[in-house]
Amino acid sequence: MSEAAMPVLEARHITKRFPGVVANEDVNLKLYPGEILALLGENGAGKSTLMNIVYGLYKQTEGEIIVRGKPVEMSNPNDAIQLGIGMVFQHFQLVPVMTVAENVMLGSETIKRGLLDTQQVAERITELSQRYGLAVDPYAMVEDLPVGVRQRVEIVKTLYRNADILILDEPTAVLTPQEIDGLFDVMELLRSQGKSIIFITHKLKEVLRISDRIIVLRDGKVVGEADPKTATQSTLAAMMVGREVILTVDKDEAQPGPVVLDMQDVSAKDDHGQPALRNVSLQARAGEIVGVAGVQGNGQSELVEVLTGLRSLDSGRITINGLDMTNAGPRRVTQDGQSCHVPEDRHAYGMVDAYSVAHNLVLNTYFQPPFANGLTVDEQAIRRHAEDLVERYDVRTPNVSVHAANLSGGNQQKMVVAREFSRPVKLLIAAQPTRGIDVGSIEFIHQQIVAKRDEGAAVLLVSAELDEIMALSDRIAVMYKGEIVDIVPRNRATREGLGLLMAGAHSEEPAPVAGKAG
Amino acid sequence: MTKNGVLKKSQWIAGALAVAAVVMAVLVNTTALGQYTWLRVLFGVSALNFTLRASVPLVLGALCGILCERTGIINIGIEGMMLAGAFAAFVAKVATNDWPLLASLLFGVAIALAVGALMGLLHATLSIRYRMDQIISGTVIIILAAGTSAYLFDRDAVAQGKFGPVRIPLLADIPVIGDILFQNPPITYMALLLVVIVHVGLFYTRWGLRSRACGEHPRAADTVGINVNRYRYLNTMLGGALAGLGGGFLVLEAVGQFQEGMTAGRGFISLAAMIFGNWNPFGALAAATLFGYTQALQNELLLAGVTQAPRQFISMLPYVVTIVAVSGFVGRVRPPAAEGKVYETEGSSE
Repeated sequence: MSEAAMPVLEARHITKRFPGVVANEDVNLKLYPGEILALLGENGAGKSTLMNIVYGLYKQTEGEIIVRGKPVEMSNPNDAIQLGIGMVFQHFQLVPVMTVAENVMLGSETIKRGLLDTQQVAERITELSQRYGLAVDPYAMVEDLPVGVRQRVEIVKTLYRNADILILDEPTAVLTPQEIDGLFDVMELLRSQGKSIIFITHKLKEVLRISDRIIVLRDGKVVGEADPKTATQSTLAAMMVGREVILTVDKDEAQPGPVVLDMQDVSAKDDHGQPALRNVSLQARAGEIVGVAGVQGNGQSELVEVLTGLRSLDSGRITINGLDMTNAGPRRVTQDGQSCHVPEDRHAYGMVDAYSVAHNLVLNTYFQPPFANGLTVDEQAIRRHAEDLVERYDVRTPNVSVHAANLSGGNQQKMVVAREFSRPVKLLIAAQPTRGIDVGSIEFIHQQIVAKRDEGAAVLLVSAELDEIMALSDRIAVMYKGEIVDIVPRNRATREGLGLLMAGAHSEEPAPVAGKAG
Repeated sequence: MTKNGVLKKSQWIAGALAVAAVVMAVLVNTTALGQYTWLRVLFGVSALNFTLRASVPLVLGALCGILCERTGIINIGIEGMMLAGAFAAFVAKVATNDWPLLASLLFGVAIALAVGALMGLLHATLSIRYRMDQIISGTVIIILAAGTSAYLFDRDAVAQGKFGPVRIPLLADIPVIGDILFQNPPITYMALLLVVIVHVGLFYTRWGLRSRACGEHPRAADTVGINVNRYRYLNTMLGGALAGLGGGFLVLEAVGQFQEGMTAGRGFISLAAMIFGNWNPFGALAAATLFGYTQALQNELLLAGVTQAPRQFISMLPYVVTIVAVSGFVGRVRPPAAEGKVYETEGSSE
């Protein structure tokens, strides 16, 4: 990019304060025509806040936004759309019960004789999808579409509004490796047609692969700019976190012991009564980490729920530590089964937002001594216990009486992990244990998981992050449409091979990961 | 619109039943079949006329519910909005008794619409501006309307005259069907027309698309520059106006006078019709017709005296059918995803 060219978008001295928090502080950023600018930073670094300001959803406290050389005032997304700015949100902003065409035109409708001109919109969508390689059916209902296609709809939505500045907020978080390749192809095509793209992410590998320039944000401030040609993952990670980070998980060869978890031919339905698990058989031995890979929504959530007593089985058998746990309740699974569970959605299942940190830390033990005292609980004991755990697990909180809701995501997760990991357990079930948390916390939680394994616990790790699965697992099971399509030992697994399995390719087909696990 | 198989099937069943009813009605009223008392009770012109009369307020109430809930505001206060409309229409009519009849009646309609809209505005303000729980706000509306109308009601006041039937030329001459459908007073025609208008509006116009987006996924609407709360205010007021019109129908067209608590649960049955009709105007029309028919049947059965069943049981008929219909179908219908939730733009906290 020549520095002489005029930036299409410039943020000057942007500061954004929320009550009690400075989300952005004196941020400067330039986006040049036809480039992909990566905005790299941990969760909570202020990337999304900054982009929401650029898109007119937030109003900056100080500073100005300059679009094509002119300072602009934006009071809502309409103003941004008028200026040719489009945004694809991390959580898709699509109405599930409407068609693609309805979603695309929403807010910028084409009207003929007072009525919506759906046909013309559909033609325009088809034209755009051909031009940019974004295959979508304008008449399909959004709720029927897979995640990857929904993302294409979001991109089409911005192009339909003639956006030439595209902001993609964590677009790869929900995609398979193959879908990520497809997205990057689209991004390159868009760039070649003169569109400018801001790519928000916290994934180092992707940044190095696709971007022309990298700006790193930490604690709301720009900490530096990097050139993808010379930067490495570790230099970027150090910039993001502010200290050296160990990206690879240091662990010894697994020493598998006896079988702790044994599921045989388990089938179960999802919340809508549709089959979610089909004859799933899986074992986990003491001292090994079994990773469960797969695109979200292929039965992993239901798998964890049947194992933890939150969902009933249609058929099959579950044994934990030799005890029959088929359709046992959560209390029995955790107590008699000596298991613990880090749930995938900490807000729904892992913690009570409105409880103090101390109370959250005894959710699984409050009914036992020393916390329970006949009919009453011993607040002193709970408090001492909490202070100890907060210390050991490095949960950053002013004190243990604050509401858990006031902690950052990473600290909330560490709190959940502290509660679950602090009991002696034989089986550890961790679902998405590092979702939405910062690199520093991820490193810590990974170390804790490996430590549990080395203490002799069987670990079942369910994650949508392939890198996490690859880094931690000793064996990797891949789920697709409620079935385990293959179980691969770590040393024989490759990203590409797992990606194909995640997309439904069966192991019978000649895939790089040929061969069943023994 | 509805891609749900169950609903497609229920639409077919409803259509088939409607056709069968029409065929039977024509046969019973034109042929020798009319000799059988039971058939006259079930399909006589008077039963079917009664059905239509009983359905009109239910249709208007259900449309009110659809407008509010499709944009994301739960409205259990339809009963109160209807009652307020009825009382306002009565007061307006009484105050203008010396005007020409038509002008006075139309003035009554206008006031019913306006007062209904104001009740809608109150509900929207409580739910959006003051973030009151929408069920509570709806309850407030009901109690407010019942209390105020009872307190202010002048029992000596008399409204003179009401809307009479308007024959639609040619169509009214069709045997049986003409008698039932095309010799009605104006608000009845209006209600049927409004079903079509609301349907087209919701599913084929910009306003409808945006309204539904606000009720399903308000943040998605916000991110494309739609002012979610403005649509919610607007539609709750429009809905209130329709409920008010339903009340106006009771006073200006059906009864001619006001009575305390005269809506008698119609607002709640409207709510049931809205749910049973899966938040679709035509579905609500079908449901309202079914509920109206059970009321007609209750009436006809008692008049004809063809059954030995105690009258209390026959009087229960409309309510039993409502409960069975709604409980049998709830779970298969899908309410707007974001209804009842206050929407706040994320950036608003400064």
